[in-house]
Parts: sequence; structure tokens; C-alpha cells
Amino acid sequence: MENISKGLVYFLYVVAFVLLNIMYLIYLERKFSAFLQQRPGPNRVGPRGLMQTLVDVVKLFSKEDIIPEKADRWVFRLASLLVMVPALLVYVVLPFGKNMVIADLNLGLFYFLAVASLSSVFVLMAGWGSRNKFSLLGGMRVVAQVISYEIPMIFSLLGIVMLSGSLKMTEIVSAQSKVWFVFLQPVAFVIYFIAATAELNRGPFDLPEGEQEIIAGPFTEYSGIRYIMFYMAEYTHMIAVSALATTLFLGGPSGPVLPSWLWFILKTYFMILLFMLVRWTFPRIRLDHMMNFNWKYLIPISLANILLTGIGIQIFQLMKG
Amino acid sequence: MVAEQQNNGLHTEEMTLNFGPQHPSTLGVYQAILTLNGEYLVNVENVIGYLHRGMEKIAESRTYAQFVPYTDRLDYLSGMLNELGYVLAVEKLAGITVPERAEYLRIIMGELQRIASHMVFLGSMALDINGFSAWMYLFRDREKVLDLFEMVSGNRITTSYMRIGGVCYDLPDEFVPALNKFFSGMDKNFDEYDRIITGNEIFRARTQGVGVISGEKALAYGLTGPNLRASGVDMDLRRDTPYGIYPRFDFKVITGKNGDCFDRWMMRIGEMKESMKIIKQALQQIEDGPVLTKVPRVLKPPSGAVYHQIEGSKGALGYYLASDGSDKPYRLHIHAPSFVNIGAFPEMAKGGTIQDAVVILASLDPVLGEIDR
Repeated sequence: MENISKGLVYFLYVVAFVLLNIMYLIYLERKFSAFLQQRPGPNRVGPRGLMQTLVDVVKLFSKEDIIPEKADRWVFRLASLLVMVPALLVYVVLPFGKNMVIADLNLGLFYFLAVASLSSVFVLMAGWGSRNKFSLLGGMRVVAQVISYEIPMIFSLLGIVMLSGSLKMTEIVSAQSKVWFVFLQPVAFVIYFIAATAELNRGPFDLPEGEQEIIAGPFTEYSGIRYIMFYMAEYTHMIAVSALATTLFLGGPSGPVLPSWLWFILKTYFMILLFMLVRWTFPRIRLDHMMNFNWKYLIPISLANILLTGIGIQIFQLMKG
Repeated sequence: MVAEQQNNGLHTEEMTLNFGPQHPSTLGVYQAILTLNGEYLVNVENVIGYLHRGMEKIAESRTYAQFVPYTDRLDYLSGMLNELGYVLAVEKLAGITVPERAEYLRIIMGELQRIASHMVFLGSMALDINGFSAWMYLFRDREKVLDLFEMVSGNRITTSYMRIGGVCYDLPDEFVPALNKFFSGMDKNFDEYDRIITGNEIFRARTQGVGVISGEKALAYGLTGPNLRASGVDMDLRRDTPYGIYPRFDFKVITGKNGDCFDRWMMRIGEMKESMKIIKQALQQIEDGPVLTKVPRVLKPPSGAVYHQIEGSKGALGYYLASDGSDKPYRLHIHAPSFVNIGAFPEMAKGGTIQDAVVILASLDPVLGEIDR
């Protein structure tokens, strides 16, 4: 009983952390893109526009909750409610600092990947339930994209698992005490980064929400608070994916001088800025090119990476004696 | 072909999708009724007319001089060129000659407007491939051209600068230094466009070999301007049927080879550079003098009809003017290049994906103000 209540309290901490981060991530994204495009960005509400997101959220809260007449009401509603669940659940296994992990599962990495991939179901529900042709096309694109990019993502992480010999997050972190895995597995890092961009539906893989083609994809019919939910889920997911990259490739919360949780946040924000840089400089890829790129390049390369890692480990062990 | 393979053994249905008139990438209130097989387009139907304002009819109840501001609203991205075409037609009808300096000013403004219009083209096509930053870069630079227009005419978009018999104002003192500053910055800017979008691998994959139209077919559809030249047909009214003082300038007519979206893109960049060359020559040759000739207060051209066409930013922009000897046109017809260009869109888009269609539409550079008039 005590364990459960402790877990719940931790989870509330995580929710607070995530929500606070999202608020300023949206602001950061807008400021960062403004910086890239040589314009000032939001600067009206509060000092340097810092309160902009808050005001935007308040505005969206006050909007009418419109459900299209022909929509599948339950699916439509459930999708917007449930989409945050997997996005938040993945935080359970992330080590935010030394001894700062809610549940250090033996199958931590596996748990993360399995739960994270659930969110595509809810996006598909949104696309299907809206009964809007643009939403439907967006929903189809989500499934096609997320399912195919999941494969190279998992393959690229297998190299990490082989090196650390564990799926437990804390053990993967401690395996990096000498050298970060990004130096041992650079190919895997690049593949993970590309596949994660696709999983997040961010540019250049933002086909499911391709504004210029299908308005807002599955979210076309959503308004007000329901729209916020999808928006928040997207950013929650982005923080989680960046945090996972930090844990697996950048040595997690370890670092000199500064406290471990600060290192973790700094590294996570470095990853987030990388995602933003890519999003604001690349145009959108075409659907068939995206598929080709995945099946013809990413998957073979990630398989070769696994093979090379295996050979490398064998050679290392032979040399060691 | 692709569609048939996908249908193998599965029951699928075609879907009709109303693409517009309210849609982020229809560049105005254009509607296309798409018949889709999954992501692939089976049929495309053009629907236009949402922006019809009856321009040609309005002209019949306005005097010749009063209609000049209306032409700004045709293709609202190239007001100067629309005015130029109209006043040239009226001058041809009434037999008015224009002072030398005004001729040069017209060329300078017209070519600046071409640069501004092509910048919007590049920006909006980049935006349709989600090159949001590239769009911002191009609009940043277009602002500088609009600033120049504001200096000289007081307005940025609907300039009303051309007059029958010349132009309305001479250049202010600060104009030439500002223009030179803009030009010296452009070399760096072209480099920036190359790096942020033209050289991008994804951009090339999205545009090369997409929306191909052969030179023959382009001629058959009546395409003009950059869209025709991109298909390899060497035709430019500035050189072929010179008007104004264009023969005095040395410039190249840029042509493409493949007639795909990428060629149409590169065309515009090349044309911007050529326009800059023309303006530089004009600035060297221009001499002091009056900018407006004496035109009777109430202009009554002799009865008759003329057709005059110029090389607009989107293609051959023609004005057919019929006069019955009164102070108002008896009939005005506007041959709008965008109207003709968009006719080729269904055939070019068929068989591709929705994503291709968006790029092809943008690459044709249609402006709805001109299509619907």
C-alpha cells in the first residue's frame, strides 16, 4: 500500500514536471523557430512573451467543444482523453537523476517502447472517429509511418542492449560510466534520431499532420480542450523520446559538478533542440519516399549495425582473454 | 497503374475530396474536386469563380484613367505589371507617347515587381513543401521591394503608380541608394535560398520529375511565361514582341529543360537575376526629364479596338480594349495568364499523390485575383 501511494506521488511529480516543461517548450519552439527565421517571435504577453502559452491555453479552454454531427461520438471523445495516457506512462521508467526513477523495471526499455507505440492507436481513433476525409487520410498515414519506423528504432536500440547486457534503464546508464554509447554506437544514434522524428510526427516526417495537404490530419475536427490534449501529448512524447535518447546514448544523468537531475535536463533539452532544428530547416518528405527510405535504407543499415556490434563484442572479449 | 496494383484482391472505393476553397494551400479561394484512390489522384476538377468581382464590367462604367487602380487588384502580387499592361493598351489606343524617363521608370518598377512576385512564388512553393523557414526568408526580402514601392508611390501592394502618359511621381532621392543596397544584399540572399531549400535533398526529391509537362503540351494548353519556358519553349514577349524600351537592354531568356516542378522553380530564380540585370542597366541609362506627358483631362480615344500584351510575372498578360469614342471603354477584356495556366493543372496532377498535387499547383503560380477577375 505504501509503495502504491509513493508511486502515485512520484507520478504526480512527473505530471507536474511534464506540464511545466510543455508550457515552456511551446514557447521555446516558437522562439527558436523565430530565431532561425530572423524574426522576433512571441514578445507581447508578459516579459519577452513568456506568458504567451498560458494565455493561449486559457483561450483554448474557453472554446466551444465541438463534436461533428456525423462523428463516432465515443471514439472521437475517447481518443482525445486517452492520448495522454501512454505519453505519460512512459515516464515511469526514465531515470531523472541518481535514484530518481519511479519504477526501475527489469524490462524498462521494452516497457518504454511498447507503451510509446500505443499512442498511434489513439491518433488513428481520432482520425477514424472524426468521419472527416482529411482526418481519415491523416490516420492512415499515422499507422503506416509509426508501424514502419518502429522497426529500425528497435533494431537500433538492440545494439545498446547488447553492449550493456540489460534492458534495465539504471544498468544501461551505469554501463556508460566510462564512455557514452553515442560514441560506441554512432550509427544507432543517427537511426534512432531519424526513427524517433518519424514516431513523433515531426518534420520532415510530419506527414500525418501535413498542413498543406490534409489541414491538420487526424486533429482537423478537434477544438478547444480536446485539441490541447493532442498538442500536449505530442510534446510529452517529444520530451520522453529525448529523455530516452539521453538515457541510452548520452550517459543519462551522469556528469561532473552539477547535480545529476540538472545534467539530465540539460542533455534532454539538447536533444529537444536538435529535433527543433531539424523540424524548422527540412521540408516535408513524400509518403512513398518515406517508406522507401525506411525499408531500403534504415532497416538494412540497422541490421548491419547489430551484426557489427556483435562481431565487435566478440573481438573485444577475445582480446580481453 | 499504381492504383491497380494496390487494389489487388481488396475491395476499395474511390473517395471524392473537396480541396478548397478554404484550404491552406490553394493559394486563395480556388477549389479542386479530387477523386482519390487512397493517396493517389484519379481525377481532378477545377472549380473557379469564388473571387469574381466583375472587373471587366466595372471598366465599362469607369473612365480610362479611373480603371488603373482596379488593375492592381487583378494579380495582387504584381500590381505594377498589371498597370503597365493596361496603360500601354490605352496609350496604343489613344496614340500617346511617353517621356523617356517615364519609360525607364516603368521598366525599373515592372522588373522590381517581377522580382517581388517571383519571391512570393518561391516562398509559397517552399511553404507547400513545409519549408517554413525558406518562406520566411523570401518574404523578408520581398518586404524590401515593397519598401521601395512605398518610397516611390506611397503604397506597397496596390501601387497605382503608372499613369496614362507616364508615371505619377519621379524617384525620390533615397530610392536609388536603397535599391543598390537591396541589390548588394541579394547575392547573399540567393546563396541563402540555395542552402536552405534549393539544395535540400528532400526538396529535390519532391520536385524533380514531378508534374512534368512537355513543351508541346504546354503550348497546346496555352501556357505562357515562366511555366512555358520551364518546358523548354523559348518564348518571352519582352524579347519577341518588344514593347516600351526593352530592346535597349541586354538580358537572357531563361529556359528549363524537363518541364518539372524543379525547373519551374529554377526558372524563377534565374529570372530574378535577369530582372536585376535589366534594372542595373536602366539605372545607368536613365536621364533626367519629365515623367508624365500632357494628357487631356477627359481622355476620349478614337473609336476602334486594340490588343496589347506584355510579359507579366505569370505569363502573357493581355488587355483587349474597344472604344466607341466616348470617355469610357466600350469593352475591356483581360487575358490573364493564371487563368490559362491553371487549366493545365488537372492533367499534370492526375496520377500523382495529394502531396504532388499541392506542389504542382504551387509551381504553376496561380493568383486567384487574376483567374476570377
